[in-house]
Parts: sequence; structure tokens; C-alpha cells
Amino acid sequence: MTVITDLVPYEDALAAYDPVMGLEVHVELGTRTKMFCGCSTELGADANSQTCPTCLGLPGSLPVVNATAVESAVKIGLALHCEIAEWCRFARKNYFYPDMPKNFQTSQYDEPIAFNGYLDVQLEDGEVFRVEIERAHMEEDTGKSTHVGGATGRIHGASHSLLDYNRAGIPLIEIVTKPITGAGSRAPEVAKAYVAELRELIRALDVSDARMEMGQMRCDVNLSLRPHGTEKFGTRSETKNVNSLRSVERAARYEIQRHAAVLGGGGTIVQETRHFHEEDGSTTSGRVKEEAEDYRYFPEPDLVPVAPARAWVEELRATLPELPRVRRNRLREEWGVSEHDMQSILNAGAVDLIVATTEAGAPADQARKWWMGELARHANESGTPLDALAITPAQVARVTELVSSGDLNDKLARQVIEGVLAGEGEPDQVVEKRGLKVVSDEGALGAAVDEAIAANAAIADKIRGGKVAAAGALVGAVMKATRGQADAARVRELILSRLGVEG
Amino acid sequence: MPGITREEVAHLARLARLELKAEELDHFAGQLDDIIGAVARVSEVADQDVPPTSHPLPLTNVMRADEVRPSLTPEQALSGAPAQEQQRFKVPQILGED
Repeated sequence: MTVITDLVPYEDALAAYDPVMGLEVHVELGTRTKMFCGCSTELGADANSQTCPTCLGLPGSLPVVNATAVESAVKIGLALHCEIAEWCRFARKNYFYPDMPKNFQTSQYDEPIAFNGYLDVQLEDGEVFRVEIERAHMEEDTGKSTHVGGATGRIHGASHSLLDYNRAGIPLIEIVTKPITGAGSRAPEVAKAYVAELRELIRALDVSDARMEMGQMRCDVNLSLRPHGTEKFGTRSETKNVNSLRSVERAARYEIQRHAAVLGGGGTIVQETRHFHEEDGSTTSGRVKEEAEDYRYFPEPDLVPVAPARAWVEELRATLPELPRVRRNRLREEWGVSEHDMQSILNAGAVDLIVATTEAGAPADQARKWWMGELARHANESGTPLDALAITPAQVARVTELVSSGDLNDKLARQVIEGVLAGEGEPDQVVEKRGLKVVSDEGALGAAVDEAIAANAAIADKIRGGKVAAAGALVGAVMKATRGQADAARVRELILSRLGVEG
Repeated sequence: MPGITREEVAHLARLARLELKAEELDHFAGQLDDIIGAVARVSEVADQDVPPTSHPLPLTNVMRADEVRPSLTPEQALSGAPAQEQQRFKVPQILGED
């Protein structure tokens, strides 16, 4: 099955063609129960332990819509600046595949709950690009197939397949963009930024954790090329289940280069689904769509229409949080950081942690300094996400408070943080147990300063003679003598005044 | 009036994974035509003021609270399965997909 695919250099592809993209994102909602029945959606359960006659499609069972899922769908629609349908129905999407025991998926067809919206996304250099939304509709997830006997767990070569229907029926929202044009060479970046922004938005709405690595958010990348100056779209390929932000960007880039190679060589693009390969960023041919798919959609007769009351929609609109992009820009200004620094903070997953730390009383620059410095280093070393470190924003805030009150210096603060991370308790307990207070007792400090001057007479003479810069060596000696527990600025003051020199 | 063609029957048969012989296509085209013609008579009495109906009851927004209810046990869920393996439904090789 090895196919050698020719690629055109990215710049050459863009010189000849204009990319057009369409992105379809599926989000698994974080409801407690499935879309049409009361089965739990908890992850990690035993195979087929979360099913019932409804989600197994047994005769005589009837679906009932999950009210929270509809509410989540409306919230998503509103956050995407969509119109919300006054009246809409579910539809049966019929197909032969064992991942749905009903032999159809309950979805929405020509009456999506939300339509005609947009999402503004910001690229890394700050440029804002508007992605228009065609629709967001409600549907249900499918069961999980395991293919047995094939070489790599794929259908190809498998002798049979095994089905776990725990996931069948979990609420999904499918969000479909209008064709994205005009992004040019930035199309792959736009694709990535869109999915990233959507993920932030879904999380801000608190309707799903949207963890792509857990399959809670999945993206299909549709892409076509047209020669510059032409209006008509080219034939598209549909790269399925691209499941990380980086992969979304790579898949779009790869398809641009592949399409350009095919078209440039006088060939034609076949409308087909393609599989993305994480290892090398390539895509390979999947299913060819010889004829338009025909799912025989028809209105679901077992469910009555959903007609969101206008007053309720407005109520939900009023509860919407600040959009992530707007919030990021506001915080960036409040914190006085550059676009680039804000991007680093975002990439580190530190935005909410810094906000929580400031809310617990820390100055923003201090909160940022600890989370992006010492704590980010710990997170990197231990390979854990920042928010999984064993320290809370409140504890970080307490450390910054101890620093600003002069009880700790930075060096001691780092030790306190280490102690908290090691499970030694609250910052104050760590200070107590490890004896980490800054030596502020003027008597003890004064004695240490006198000793340092006595032991370094030559340096002391230089300072007396006006070489103030030499004071650093004495400060170092005092810090060493006090095992770092002195306030270095105060030590310097004492040294200079003892030697009769103006700082 | 409908006028179901032989090609349409062949298309439906393919979607339904039914293998029909040539004479069956003609036979069913006629029968389906009769059935659809009978149902289509509804549109003779339903005027513009009657909206298309997909549910017999004039209800909207029938929903349930997002509360977990007991599921079947895996044994119960699998009790009707023709074949099972590793507590999962076992199905034959899936063809025509990748």
C-alpha cells in the first residue's frame, strides 16, 4: 500500500494556487449523560457497561433529548455569533456500518440549531482573521471499533471487528465553517488558530473539556486549490480525524503541496477521504467518493422538534463569558506584555493560572514571573502540564506576598516553592520547617557584615577608596555566611554605611 | 406524479445492500410507484397552510434532565448478540471501508 506522493515546495504551490479550506470540528459535550438516554458518559468504563435499549437501538425503545446538551448547543451557537433556529428537528442519517447499532445516526440535516456565524481568530503575529461559520448542529457519537487480525489494528486485513457501544450516543456538536478563502499562504496557520480558538471557546463556555488527545474534539480538514484569479473552487480532499493543533496545520500544508503536485502535473484531484499520519505529517488515500453520498436523511419520527424560546436564548446570551481572544487581549494589556510573551504564556497553559494567582492577591508581574519561570521549569522537567503541578495559585500568591513583605528573597522563595511541590505543606509551613526566613535581625546581620569586612580588609579598603562596585564581593560573603537568608539590598546598605560610603 | 424509474430502484437497492435481479427492478419500480402514488394523494388535500409533519403530536421541546439512569449490565447488553468477544459485540469483516 505504499504510495510515493510527489510534493511541490510550499512556496511554489502558493505561487500558482489559492487554497480554499473547510473545517469540520466535532466536539463531545461534557454532559453527564448521553444525547438521547440516561446512560453515563464517564470515560474509562468497562466495555459495554454504559448502554441501554435506546442507545443499542433495541425495538420499542424511544429517545428523549438531553436538555443540557441543547443548552450547550445554543451557547456554542451564540458564542459563534450564529442565529439560533426558532424551530428545528433531528434527522436520521442512514448508513451501513456497525459503529451505530441503530443503523443510523441521529443528527440534524437541513435544520441545524445554529447557523450563519463567525469566529475571529488571531494569528501568532497578532493578525486577526475572520472564519465564517456555516452551521453548528447536534448529533451523537458512534461506538468504538477494534479491528482484529489486521497488521496495525486497521480495517485493512482485519478478520473481524469488536464493538464497544459506551461511546455510542454521547452528545456531539458538529461545527462547520463556510469555505475559508483569502488566507493564502497562511491557510495552515489559520486552520490551526481556528481550532485552537474554538477549543478555548468551548472550554470558556464550560460545555466540554475539548481535549483533542482524548478524542473529545476532532477535526476534518477539507482542502482544495484553484489557480490564482479564478472563482470556481477546485475538487477537495477530506482529511479525517486530524487530532492535534499541530496536525491540523501540517495536514493543510501537506494537502496544499500534494494538490499542487497533482494539478501541476496535469492530473486531477479525486474527491476522497484521506487519512493523516502523525509520524511524518503525510496523508494517504482512504475512501473514494464515486457518487455523492446518499444517507437518505429524513426527519426523526421518534423525537419532537426543538424550539428554543427567544427569551431563553437571550437569557443564555447574557450568561456568555468574555470571548477568549478578547479576554487574552485585555489581559495582555493589563499585564503590559508583548504579543510574543502573551503567546508564550498561552502556549504554556499559564493564562488561567496567572489570573487565579492575581485574584489571590499577587501582582501580575510577580505571578507571571513565577509561573513562566521557576514553575514552568519544574513542569518541563517533570513532563507535567503546568496546571497539574502540586501547587495552587493561592500558594504562589502567598509566596509572592512573603517576598514583597521582605520575609523571603527570591532564592528562599524558590526553596519554598520546591517544598510546596514536594508536598511539605503550605508556604508558611515550608518556611517554618525549613527555617527559611530572611535574616532581618539587624543585630545578627550587623555582626555578619562586620565579620565580612574584617575578613576582607583589602576589599573593604577599596570600597572606602570609592570603588563601590567592589561591595558585591562583601555582599556575597554575607549571603554565604547567612546561607542566603539575608536581604541582599539591606546587606549592601549596611556594608556601605559601615564603610562610610554613599551608595 | 412520482414515476419511479428502474435506475432509482437500483440506487435504492444498492443503498439498502439488496441484490436485485433485472426483472425485479422493473417489478418493484411499478409497485413502489403505486405506493408512492397512493401516499402522494395526501398532498391533494393538504394546502399551503398545512406544514409538513414529522410527528403526529403537536409538541415541541420534550426533554429530560441530564441525570444518569442505570444502564444494562454488559451481560444484558450482549445477551442478544449473535457473537461476542472480549465483552464486545463481534461483527464480520467490514468491507468497502478503510
